Amino acid sequence: MFYESKMMRNYFCILCAIIATLLGVTVSRAELEINVTRGTIEPMPIAIPTFMTSAADASLGDKISEVITNDLRDCGLFIPVDPGAFIQDPVSLQQGPHFSEWRLIKADSLVVGKVEDAGNGNIRVEFRVFDVVREAQIEGKAFTGTMQEWRRIAHKVADSIYKRIIGDEGYFDTQIVYVSREKHQGEPVERIAIMDQDGANMHYVTAGDSLVLSPRFSPDMRFITFTDFGQSQHAHVYLMNLETRQKMLMGNFPGLTFAPRFSPDGTRLVMSFARGGVTSLYAFDMQTRQIHQLTRDPVIDTSPSYSPDGSKIVFNSDRGGQTHLYVMNANGGNVERISFGQGSYRTPVWSPRGDLIVFTKILAGTFYIGVMRPDGSGERLITSGYLVESPCWCPNGRVILFTREAKRGDPRLYSIDITGYNEREIPTPTSAAHGSWSPLIP
Amino acid sequence: MHNLFLNPFGELNMFKKIVSISALALALAACESTGDHGMSDGTMAGNMVPGSYEDFCHSCGDRAFFATNSHHLTAEGKATAAKQAEWLAQYNHPSCTIEGHCDPRGTSEYNLGLGERRAESMKKELAKNGVQTGSMSTVSYGKERLAVEGNHEGAWSQNRRAVTVVN
Repeated sequence: MFYESKMMRNYFCILCAIIATLLGVTVSRAELEINVTRGTIEPMPIAIPTFMTSAADASLGDKISEVITNDLRDCGLFIPVDPGAFIQDPVSLQQGPHFSEWRLIKADSLVVGKVEDAGNGNIRVEFRVFDVVREAQIEGKAFTGTMQEWRRIAHKVADSIYKRIIGDEGYFDTQIVYVSREKHQGEPVERIAIMDQDGANMHYVTAGDSLVLSPRFSPDMRFITFTDFGQSQHAHVYLMNLETRQKMLMGNFPGLTFAPRFSPDGTRLVMSFARGGVTSLYAFDMQTRQIHQLTRDPVIDTSPSYSPDGSKIVFNSDRGGQTHLYVMNANGGNVERISFGQGSYRTPVWSPRGDLIVFTKILAGTFYIGVMRPDGSGERLITSGYLVESPCWCPNGRVILFTREAKRGDPRLYSIDITGYNEREIPTPTSAAHGSWSPLIP
Repeated sequence: MHNLFLNPFGELNMFKKIVSISALALALAACESTGDHGMSDGTMAGNMVPGSYEDFCHSCGDRAFFATNSHHLTAEGKATAAKQAEWLAQYNHPSCTIEGHCDPRGTSEYNLGLGERRAESMKKELAKNGVQTGSMSTVSYGKERLAVEGNHEGAWSQNRRAVTVVN
């Protein structure tokens, strides 16, 4: 029983551990007290020996094992055991694990896999996950794909391991869209870039001849929406077909449009339209091309985000003076303020799980990323800095992606666990801002 | 040695002053660099072509500044608007674009709205001073096109601006 619970601890158990070890970092200033909570957890030791390869490309086994190892280590919930410590040789391992030898090097779980040719340029990757303590196989699967798709297959294996051990869906077979920022001969060049969540396969989808902001994937990942200033230098919301790279203006608004986000069913965009000193929220139906005005107050309403069931929208507004977070029905009715702390609350994004809203908070010259429940309760700040903003969620709602800019430095993308644990930079070849995580690749 | 540590504020003030002066110089340089509407030599008032964009920049100032998170013009900003309106009337009401900008201490999306609101404040003030509404358009760059780079109030205050660009 002890062994079983040790192996089968799911995310809930890990979460309990995190809560039990939450460290409160308190910054006190006159009249205000800010707590940034940073969780710590004990990652699970996992052994991932190189996958045996009989495929034409003999290096595939090494490469696939490396991607799986990096995914699991970087998520912060696993600690891969150093392959130098492995006792059992890879050939005998294919006949079955010598569990005592894996227990000796303190591996709680073990992944054994192999890569084979599957004909027509395809490969088949088979893997088994063993509970070393219980001496039992707990997972066994195979994925087949083209040779070129080996990274995706590796991410799918990592997703399967994550799901079996942690209990949540994995999020490794995903992409991130962001704004790359460079200076060419002193002039700023902004391009929309798409890369795998681990930074691989980065490619640009815009030419860099105009200012672009806030790109976001459609739920089916066939499109992105973003704000493009174009040659006219006026911000407008566009939709791009990622296959054809064709760009379409979204709505004939007589003014500036920005801050677009897809509805969860992918049929609508919610965005801001600014004219005459007033910024209001609108929904744009991409099938009927109809426009629905959602807010009408003479204020700035922006950064809207749908709830995962599409029934509500959270946004920030300065209707009360200071900028705060508000939730309303998706048709614009029943607006309720949900943030009541000190400072300015902005860029709310609803978790794909529906349980939390992540936001940016600005207080006394410092920026924070925090989460709260959709009713505004349980506010918790998880990181802070000179400038942190544009938070969004990974598809399982456990990790947050955001932009961090140091006092002397360029913006970069970072990810952090919702507990404040495992903050890490996501490597990009240029400065990067406005990152947005894709759903799991269909 | 101890004095240096005990009295850092004198140095800080001096630093701020230097920063403000260089920020102002940069702001003026920015105006000159956009002046491809007339003669390129905008360094000496005597050389400027009356009615050129350089002339506009030097006669009235092309920009007004705002307090943090505010879109209300200051007395100085209103005076600038009055001078701009007078100049525009003198040269047959050329069309102009008013750009609204913000400092980098906000979020990108909100700042696009705030920049639009600042541009609109300037437009209303110019209209109050007799400029035809139809000859003015507004754009917002939010915090995406800073006039002055820097991580201090001296730079930020130069970025919270509405800039009138004569077309």
